[in-house]
Amino acid sequence: MTVAAATACALPALAALFGLLFGRRVRPVLIAVPAGLAATVLTIVVAAGIGDDVRESAVRLTPTGALDITLGLRVDGLAALSAVLVTVVALLVQVYSAAYLREDPRYSSYAALVSLFTAAMLLVVYTGDLIVLLVGWEVMGVCSYFLIGHHWETEAARSASIKAFVVTKLGDVPFLIGILVLAAGADSFRIRDVLAAVPEGGAGWVTAGTLLLLGGVAGKSAQVPLQTWLPDAMAGPTPVSALIHAATMVAAGAYLVARLYPAFLAAHPTLIVLAVMAAATMIGSALAALAQEDLKRVLAWSTVGQLAYMTGGLAVGGRDAAVFHLLAHGAFKALLFLGAGVLIHVAGTGALAGMGGLRRRAPIAFWTMTAGLAALAGVPPFSGFFSKEAVLGAAEHTAGGHGSVPAVAGWLVLVAGLLTAALTAAYATRVWLRVFFGPTREAAPGAEVPAHADAADYGEPGRGGGEAPAAMVWPLVVLAVPTVLFGFLAFPGLPSLGGELGYDELTPHPATTVSALIALALGAGTVVAAWRRDPAADPARVLGPVRGPALRGFDVDGLYAALVVTPVRLAAKAARFTDGAVIDTYVKGAARSAWLLGGGIRRGQNGNTRLYLTGLFAGVVVLALAVAVGS
Amino acid sequence: MHLVYPLVLAVLLFGIGLYGVLARRNAILVLMSIELMLNAVNVNLVAFDMYLRDTLHAGQALTLFVITIAAAEIGLGLAIVLMVFRNRATADIPDLRELAEHKEGSV
Amino acid sequence: MNLAAAEHGFLSPTGAEIAFVLIGLVVLGSALLVVTTRQVVHAALWLVVTLGGLAAEYLLLTAEFIAWVQVLIYVGAVVVLLLFGLMLTKAPIGYSEPADRAARIPAATVALGATATLVTVIVDAFRTAYLHLGDDTVGTTKVTGESLFKVWVLPFEVLSVLLLAALIGAVVLSRSRARARSDRKD
Repeated sequence: MTVAAATACALPALAALFGLLFGRRVRPVLIAVPAGLAATVLTIVVAAGIGDDVRESAVRLTPTGALDITLGLRVDGLAALSAVLVTVVALLVQVYSAAYLREDPRYSSYAALVSLFTAAMLLVVYTGDLIVLLVGWEVMGVCSYFLIGHHWETEAARSASIKAFVVTKLGDVPFLIGILVLAAGADSFRIRDVLAAVPEGGAGWVTAGTLLLLGGVAGKSAQVPLQTWLPDAMAGPTPVSALIHAATMVAAGAYLVARLYPAFLAAHPTLIVLAVMAAATMIGSALAALAQEDLKRVLAWSTVGQLAYMTGGLAVGGRDAAVFHLLAHGAFKALLFLGAGVLIHVAGTGALAGMGGLRRRAPIAFWTMTAGLAALAGVPPFSGFFSKEAVLGAAEHTAGGHGSVPAVAGWLVLVAGLLTAALTAAYATRVWLRVFFGPTREAAPGAEVPAHADAADYGEPGRGGGEAPAAMVWPLVVLAVPTVLFGFLAFPGLPSLGGELGYDELTPHPATTVSALIALALGAGTVVAAWRRDPAADPARVLGPVRGPALRGFDVDGLYAALVVTPVRLAAKAARFTDGAVIDTYVKGAARSAWLLGGGIRRGQNGNTRLYLTGLFAGVVVLALAVAVGS
Repeated sequence: MHLVYPLVLAVLLFGIGLYGVLARRNAILVLMSIELMLNAVNVNLVAFDMYLRDTLHAGQALTLFVITIAAAEIGLGLAIVLMVFRNRATADIPDLRELAEHKEGSV
Repeated sequence: MNLAAAEHGFLSPTGAEIAFVLIGLVVLGSALLVVTTRQVVHAALWLVVTLGGLAAEYLLLTAEFIAWVQVLIYVGAVVVLLLFGLMLTKAPIGYSEPADRAARIPAATVALGATATLVTVIVDAFRTAYLHLGDDTVGTTKVTGESLFKVWVLPFEVLSVLLLAALIGAVVLSRSRARARSDRKD
């Protein structure tokens, strides 16, 4: 079993290596897609066979003298299901990219990087050792950096890739320290040992370690306060957004919490922080999503919000609910992004203002994306409805004082979740109406292409032509299947998640179901009403004065600039001044005195041997005198 | 005889030789001054040989060696001085300033 | 030592001591002239006096063989060589070395300093040491020759090689000069 999992990890890595080496001679598709297919089959085999078992195997790497680092796998139900999600989405994205980036000169390196990302993500999912997890975590970050910067000719892509890298690294610093704290407390880097070492009722090192880990989680999963990189990351090609910035990598933060869940469950302060983080992220991102003018940015902010549902579910003890939402979201959000790629291909622009009436021009995309948006909004019976229900159910359970998690976390997540459900329904409806209905709009002549847009997505054919190549359309259909049907797994429950922790019931409850449906109806109804009144106007106007700040992501970037960038610049200036005016004076003084001394001594070098000899003997006499007097 | 007499003679002779080496311009005169210093050493050697009643006569043997080496040294030294003189038409040591940092006006 | 010092006071010098001191004064005086006279040929001649005086001092120290070697090699060979050198560097009989006051003061300072230090140290160390010169056979040619060829034969032979090397060196130096000159003529 673990051998199959290891092979699944290794295959995409090998494909990436081959792709980078021979990508110019062999068609990259022929390397990337078979490897992805094989990895998919292997992960499905693993998931089918794992049941409720936990399989571990580990090879100790070189002795480090203190804590050993093991190259090991730990396969359980959570890991197996997540791996299936990763490989399936990666495979579909590879197929989709083959058509989407067919003309791209850098397609071979792109395909290799996506393969490498898949391998790294599988490593994160399967590994049983925290240090190895960190390795995969960082490799993912690097792949994300490269892929966001795929169109490095544009300024937007360059700055977005650097921003993504720096912001996530900012979270990775406490993440690394957190791993070390946990390892020091448990005296091992192995997840099994760490979890086994967590004492009943928690301990100081558990709280400290998990709080530090939250930094990495916030960075990777784009949670408040490190959320700003994700919308900008949409400058990457759309398939990359689907794979990395929607379905898999950003979910790694939530996955990590789920993986180490017993440790987090034992640290109540961490859970409360996580709940506050999730609540703030949910509402803020939903408002931002409602105000965005660009399809991909709407989806990006909605990703942030859905990730906040996951972290919120984790914060209230609903690990299974969160994982359920993770898997469901991975499917429908990948579908939405890939569909967005098709729409951009057809409409020739990513701006909502340039779309409209696409229902007829892209029928398959219309139907599949309708399913995806319905799942996003939580319309029954789509998968998102059940998974969101599960999260809200867990929150309600905790708010009611059941379980060991503080009730305040439950209340926070419950209220924020219901509010966000309404907002989510509102922006999903807004997108649905503006893209597929209404008059067919052309992008206004001379209208600026949004700065973050990837060049390949715009101005290319498709305008007036057919929908899109088959390789781009069929993945949508494939992804629509889980989007529609995945939710029904809630009734038997996800049997192999091994959920004896906290709240593990996934079946919808009447109270939350009713309130969530009311929220859904409110949100969607408001938007539809606004649309009815004036189909030409943007329903986002219901936001009123909040709309402007929400469009700019609530100016968090400006806040960072004021709080961090400006002080750092000032400190740098001060440091530069100190260096130039103070330290350099000493350095230059030392140099000057040496120069003067040398100039003085240089005078003695006049070529007169007698002078040299006189000096020599004078020195001897002085030494002899010193000896004679001293003795 | 008091040992101090030959020893003080040697020291004074050495000091005179040292002064000559440092003060004189002509290379041949410098060589002469070096001979004075060597002879001062010889006086020392002979005096101590006698004083210590050395059965191996190390002092006297060493004196002979010093005289021999001095002869060889003066021969080579003169050859070098003559060569310098042929090339530069001077045997004055202060005029030989090839080792100086080159500036305008220096030879 | 104390006994010896008591036996032989400085205030009752022997004949040999008086002779040694007198000749020593001559030696030092002529040496001083060697390093101070402006006439270079005079310097060479004063050198003869110095070296000859030293030979007499060796005789007084009963180092008979050394004394004769001193006369033969120094007075005979070395001084002649130096005179040849003076002539070859075209120093006329009346040539006077230019005054070089700037160099004299530091030179005198260093020399005086060295002398004063050494005199102080030596007098302090050996003021009671006494040299018994009763046995006048220790410096004869026979005794010196025996020790030279029995005990010191290896350094002696090495020294002969050194002399040979010096000879060859001198020849090479002068020959290269001659050849350079002939080359220039061609």
